[in-house]
Amino acid sequence: MVAKFDLNDDQVVVIIGTGAGGGVLANELAQKGVKVVALEAGGRYMPEDFINDEWESFGQLAWTDARTTSGSWRVAKDFAGLPAWIVKAVGGTTTHWAGASIRFQDHEWKALTTYGAVEGANLLDWPIDGAEMAPWYEKAETKLGVTRTGDRPGLPGNNNYLVFEKGAKALGYKEVHTGRMAINSRDYDDRMSCQQTGFCFQGCKWGAKWSSAYTDIPRGEATGNLEVRDRAHVARILHDDTGKVTGVEYFDKDGALQMQKARIVCVAGNSFESPRLLLNSASSMFPQGLANSSGMVGKNYMRHTTGSVYAIFDKPVHMWRGTTMAGIVQDEARHDPSRGFVGGYELETLSLGLPFMAAFLNPGGWGRGFTTALDHYENMAGMWIVGEDMPQLGNGVTLSETKDQHGLPVANVNFDDHPNDVAMRNHAYKQGIAMYEAVGATRAFPTPPYPSTHNLGTNRMSEKPEDGVVNKWGQTHDIANLFVSDGSQFTTGASENPTLTIVALAIRQADHIASEMAAGTI
Amino acid sequence: MTKHDLRGLTRRQLLSRSLAAGALAVTGAGFIAAPNAAWAVEVTVITPDQMATILQMARDIYPHDQVPDQFYAVAVKGYDSEYHKALVAEGVAALDAAAKAAGFDSYLAAGWEEDRVKLLQSIETTPFFQTVRAGLVTGLYNQKEVWPIFGYQGESFSQGGYIERGFNDIDWL
Repeated sequence: MVAKFDLNDDQVVVIIGTGAGGGVLANELAQKGVKVVALEAGGRYMPEDFINDEWESFGQLAWTDARTTSGSWRVAKDFAGLPAWIVKAVGGTTTHWAGASIRFQDHEWKALTTYGAVEGANLLDWPIDGAEMAPWYEKAETKLGVTRTGDRPGLPGNNNYLVFEKGAKALGYKEVHTGRMAINSRDYDDRMSCQQTGFCFQGCKWGAKWSSAYTDIPRGEATGNLEVRDRAHVARILHDDTGKVTGVEYFDKDGALQMQKARIVCVAGNSFESPRLLLNSASSMFPQGLANSSGMVGKNYMRHTTGSVYAIFDKPVHMWRGTTMAGIVQDEARHDPSRGFVGGYELETLSLGLPFMAAFLNPGGWGRGFTTALDHYENMAGMWIVGEDMPQLGNGVTLSETKDQHGLPVANVNFDDHPNDVAMRNHAYKQGIAMYEAVGATRAFPTPPYPSTHNLGTNRMSEKPEDGVVNKWGQTHDIANLFVSDGSQFTTGASENPTLTIVALAIRQADHIASEMAAGTI
Repeated sequence: MTKHDLRGLTRRQLLSRSLAAGALAVTGAGFIAAPNAAWAVEVTVITPDQMATILQMARDIYPHDQVPDQFYAVAVKGYDSEYHKALVAEGVAALDAAAKAAGFDSYLAAGWEEDRVKLLQSIETTPFFQTVRAGLVTGLYNQKEVWPIFGYQGESFSQGGYIERGFNDIDWL
């Protein structure tokens, strides 16, 4: 049943990457009868393969190929070779994600109009809006089985959530609940309900959390229209002398260079690998890289304004038990410049196991100030900040001097906080600490951002070709049969976890590509 | 994974040959061991004094008074290798030089943690210190045997998760 397409078949759509963008796009196209070859750099792991041990799982799933970093962000010092904590596997980072699935607020599609010009920021309105996206969001919520949407009930709150909720309500917050999560609160779509096992970041062994690895990918394969080639690392996108793309070169699982022809190429390798691939595909016709006449490929990198607050209480919490991201406060997600910054942020519970807490609580920290925090690990509660950060021209991906195992220049990721990001993070730290102190915390820790999990904006969507890389369909302004299908097309980041929006855009893009193919325009 | 190898040394022998060094003991015969003989680490490449210094560093960098020495010993025993030999020799020499400049016979001879921490702060940016510290993050905290001391329960999938085992059992709010 699983398709096998010829390397010389020039009618297939080639999709690079199989995560929230590529994996969903592959299935949606296959369901419509479009022939798809999906190339995935990582291997294939199913729930029975996932490992509920933080470091061992990291070794199994994380992208640990070389990357380099620069800029003033603390990640460049503490995790110089690991700017992001994302996944190299079939299903991409949908194996690792926490499952939070919330829609953009209407005003967030129009950041420049709403916030006005912000000095040092390269803000832009999306060429689409909330009304345009509403039906696609609904399809995405139905696909992912998002709780508190449709008729799906919310998840029950675990200990970490109950502490968080009590603190939030003590501060007067109103929008406090166990989240809209792509984690089943009851059996749904052939997947069972959450067993409150923890280890959501290590891949859900029950399959209760949605991942394209065990939903969209196998369903696409079952149509006979989708072939997934795992451990296939794309090196370069090829084009003809009319400037249309014609296929891709990739290293197969044995390290041999192959060439797959294509009618259309869709890039969905995340906000580091997608621009890296376009830049590494430079040619005499496109010396700055493919689809880069605007010079925006790799620019405007956003990672959300993040950080965590952990706090210690005089009694046990056992925060690791149950759903990792078990609840949310949305009151601060509004745009309210009186707080000293534009845009807003969400607060979401989070927990790390002891090994990762030791690595991330205060990277590089040592001595009793550090260890007495871990001594009370059992009595700890935790939350994560996720807020809108400012796109900046200087933040982004360029080609590094360092080469990967295939001899290809790796991505260098440069990042500096914008003053708006710093003001927002400090506000969120203060509110998070106040929440926990309201429940009796004896000590609190404003923990710095981890290696990035929300990587956005490096091939951004724009109405005008000079402002960005892709149009409102994710189609590159420069090359009609080259698309971007992942979070790198985000014009701005909004304050919400990005996966639901990536999925909604992918479903919408599949509809567009299939109808344009049928019309013969691409 | 733990090396509790006493290689036939009796407790009395260990005690009689040991030189007090905090909670640790250098036996002088290619071993360092706990004074109570609860554990020992054999060294073949670096010296027992060097291993004892690294062990004390581990306790001073990540001090957990409820965690026995043997877990720290497991975390640092890999420094007894040709790969680390030069780094260890230079690093320990620099640390002891700093100790002498501060009026101690050696780092190990500084009796108070507070004094030893000041010495460590003086070498904090060196590759030796950073290697030992970074190695401990996984070497110490990723030992499954250490987790129960902190109350951490590790995986729960094999027991069906926490849905019926206390995911929401907090009773003091």
